[in-house]
Amino acid sequence: ARSVSTMYCRTTHYVRINGRANGTGPPSGKRLFQGQESFEQAPMYVAVMTYLGFGLVTLFGYFRDFLRAVGLEKCHIAKERDEQKDFVPLYQDFENFYTRNLYMRVRDNWNRPICSLPGPVFDVMERVSPDYNWTFRLTGKTIPNVINMGSYNYLGFAENNVDFLKTVAERVQQYGLGVCSTRQEMGNLGIHQELEELVAEFLGVESAMVLGMGFATNSTNIPALVGKGCLILSDELNHTSLILGARLSGATIRVFKHNNMQSLERVLRDAVCSGQPHTHRPWKKIMIMVEGIYSMEGSVVCLPDIVALKKKYKAYLYLDEAHSIGAVGPTGRGVTELFGLDPSDVDVLMGTFTKSFGAAGGYIAGKKELVDYLRSHSHSAVYASAMSPPVTEQILRAMRCIMGLDGTTIGQTRVHRLAENTRYFRSRLQEMGFIIYGNDDSPVIPLLLYMPGKVVAFSRAMLRRKVGVVVVGFPATPITEARARFCLSAAHTKEMLDKVLFDLNEVGDELCLKFSQRKYTSRPKEQHHNNNDLNKDFKQDSL
Amino acid sequence: MAWVEVPGQEKVLKPLLNTVIILGLIKCANFSPQAPAYHLILEGILILWIVRLLFSKTYKLQERSDLTEKEKEDLIEEWQPEPLVPPVSKDHPSMNYDIVSGPPSHNIVVNGKQCINFASFNFLGLLDNERVKQKALASLKKYGVGTCGPRGFYGTFDVHLELEDRLAKFMRTEEAIIYSYGFATIASAIPAYSKRGDIVFVDEAACFSIQKGLQASRSFIKYFKHNDMEDLERLLKEQEIEDQKNPRKARVTRRFVVVEGLYINTADVCPLPALVKLKYKYKVRIFLEESMSFGVLGEHGRGVTEHFGVNIDDIDLISANMENAVASIGGFCCGRSFVIDHQRLSGQGYCFSASLPPMLAAAAIEALNIMEEDPDIFSVLREKCEQVHKALQGTPGMKVLGESYAPALHLQLESSSGSRETDVRMLRRIVDYCLEKQIALTLARYLDKEERFLPPPSIRVVVTVEQTKEDIDRAASCIREAALSILK
Repeated sequence: ARSVSTMYCRTTHYVRINGRANGTGPPSGKRLFQGQESFEQAPMYVAVMTYLGFGLVTLFGYFRDFLRAVGLEKCHIAKERDEQKDFVPLYQDFENFYTRNLYMRVRDNWNRPICSLPGPVFDVMERVSPDYNWTFRLTGKTIPNVINMGSYNYLGFAENNVDFLKTVAERVQQYGLGVCSTRQEMGNLGIHQELEELVAEFLGVESAMVLGMGFATNSTNIPALVGKGCLILSDELNHTSLILGARLSGATIRVFKHNNMQSLERVLRDAVCSGQPHTHRPWKKIMIMVEGIYSMEGSVVCLPDIVALKKKYKAYLYLDEAHSIGAVGPTGRGVTELFGLDPSDVDVLMGTFTKSFGAAGGYIAGKKELVDYLRSHSHSAVYASAMSPPVTEQILRAMRCIMGLDGTTIGQTRVHRLAENTRYFRSRLQEMGFIIYGNDDSPVIPLLLYMPGKVVAFSRAMLRRKVGVVVVGFPATPITEARARFCLSAAHTKEMLDKVLFDLNEVGDELCLKFSQRKYTSRPKEQHHNNNDLNKDFKQDSL
Repeated sequence: MAWVEVPGQEKVLKPLLNTVIILGLIKCANFSPQAPAYHLILEGILILWIVRLLFSKTYKLQERSDLTEKEKEDLIEEWQPEPLVPPVSKDHPSMNYDIVSGPPSHNIVVNGKQCINFASFNFLGLLDNERVKQKALASLKKYGVGTCGPRGFYGTFDVHLELEDRLAKFMRTEEAIIYSYGFATIASAIPAYSKRGDIVFVDEAACFSIQKGLQASRSFIKYFKHNDMEDLERLLKEQEIEDQKNPRKARVTRRFVVVEGLYINTADVCPLPALVKLKYKYKVRIFLEESMSFGVLGEHGRGVTEHFGVNIDDIDLISANMENAVASIGGFCCGRSFVIDHQRLSGQGYCFSASLPPMLAAAAIEALNIMEEDPDIFSVLREKCEQVHKALQGTPGMKVLGESYAPALHLQLESSSGSRETDVRMLRRIVDYCLEKQIALTLARYLDKEERFLPPPSIRVVVTVEQTKEDIDRAASCIREAALSILK
């Protein structure tokens, strides 16, 4: 009989491991600062009802398609030009089945236009649809002061305080908005270099490079690092930009289960032992690609375990800190700091400025050789516009603030505030009996709604109560796990959170959203105590 | 049971053995003393063989066994990956960026030297425009800098809707969609429509972001010679023949032609009217990338469709960035709603990226205002382009590549030294000489190994409306001097 380990080693190529880490979540190794991570499974009936729900809508979809086909229902779909009717259809009918029959009916819950700062509260533009969401009309009215639980404004740097933005305004005056050239040609401004030095200092690495778009940071740099004959081990829930970058690189891609270290080790071990498919030559490089915080799960990467694995198997580690930089760690340095790891343990540190810094763009940081190589070989350094100078200034300002270089403790206070808000909001939601996913420290909080009908009802009900929430369903999540997602901000006050919690409690009862079967002990004193402890820890750390 | 290793072996060997045994037994049963001697001998051999088969050790078709734990550990121990990145030498041509201190506008400070800018794609001089700046400042005051979210999740601002509306009106199309980065625009648009199995015909001179979009689409890519309509037609005809062989497949294979309006790599214009004819003849859709021609060509700056007087509805999708003539950041696609709307759910760079900072969108709106109010700006630009084009003719040892009305020309060596490296070095010396004389130029940069068809090395000369007659003459004579002394 075969031993378990031989089975591992024989796992054939192009393994695609589907399925998800459920139940208890990944095994925790050396967790220093990190809190618990939970992925509670819903009762069986929920899944049954969810599938039933989808089945019903699908049936109706077919029915209505039939009505449209025989001309009993008006067809709102944009049509091909008459001149091009005999061309090969641009879209296959079945491709758009769900868009036409499901998404269309509920699309008022996405792309809601706003007309103010995306701060802790914003003004949503009211829109109405005369034809069940096929078209929208803006009424010109606004729904003012909606509490914003959707924007990635973790540290509250989406702000328009004139004093804070003084330097940004100066840069607009001085530089204008664009750059009109690439970094390698005539777009390498002094201010970009200033930012790169600051980013390197902030992260505690040798060197850094900044780019004008976060998405492109992944998709244009990964191909410069790996190529044919290399292997990318990618977490199954990685962001599209990472997947696109991996695909553009030409490297072989294998997927491991979300944050599952056994799965990763199995794939790694097999890769090193059996080499490339067909030729069986050893891989040139193996790169593990993970994210710091997963934006749909709220989970935090098991970084210590991954670092240990990568060292054991001599793989390289690419860490995307889009959601974690600024948002976790006692001083906002991201997941490396959260786990007390040395940033140099991670080969490629990537992150974006869109979230915690309230700006736009991304960075890649690491050893000097790495960044030098990327400066000369990154697609975006050669072909894409350099970063807008006022945007650059916003990042400089926010980063200086977090680091305390502006001579204040505002940044540090915000990092603490976010951690407090996160713990508070998470524990209250759990007490109320909602199923929420992810790590205790993660400011991204998914609240599971499961059934498609509830997703829509929830989002609309919350907007009526003037709370702006983000809901996501299939295909961004597994089909049975539609959810709402809250992104906490340091700018949220306790009153705002309490109002949101109050509304959530009521809507949760109304719509029967409290699926959790766990019992949580009542919070008040204990939680407060914890928060104070947390603060002490932070203070000691920042000294 | 080690040989279970090779799946199927068991199934092959056992029945074979069984057949032989059964045959043997039948033979034995028929045994009679009247049989001829050779028969007996034969059957005797057969029986012996059966006995041998029965008692011999089973053999393996393929000698292979599992690695033991020890061997695996050794393999893991042994394996040495390549370094993450190869070392880059200090004098790599792209290692030492020119440093621009202060704004990259008409007067630019490069490496500490005050120069006149002939390198930034600021064609209309809008980078330094006071009106644009004021609008951006007003937007900054209201919205701050970032949007902190993708379009789907509260990242849609009134400014974005206004800009999309304005772009659609400006281009006279039904709908426009904006992206937050120029590079990601066409690179996301192509794979939103063209999927695995579809066919894309593309010009060899197509820019890098088109190449990346094609790669992401995983479609069949067929390159035709630059601006060669006969070559394109040849490929289309070939495809037609192919289609007749398999009409079922042909009915679901989408086909596209991807071209640029003004090619960034060659500075010449695509033969759009001829393309439109081919489009209807062979039923292919045209995607047109207009980053260099939007806000440049045509009486109102609408680009290459206006330049040729082609009906814009005949082009299925137009994409351009707002990083050149518009002097902001980002890009857009426009066309009929039937086509464009699809990207709102399928354009990766649109759905999965934070939206454009409102102040950059506000700046783009104001730039459109200026372009609409004062269409003369385009004829001024055209005049300057012609001046520059003319002034650069007859530069010793160099040739000018591009149309006379193209705002970003290429100066190439008339005869290559044979080595790309030497050519680049020589051109770089010309650029340095001009920098010294206060004319800012730049080499056109490429990733040599990544480009599908690497263009020859060249110096980029960018025309803007802010350049005066004197500036142009000075630049031209400066380049001439440099070429004379360096190329000899």
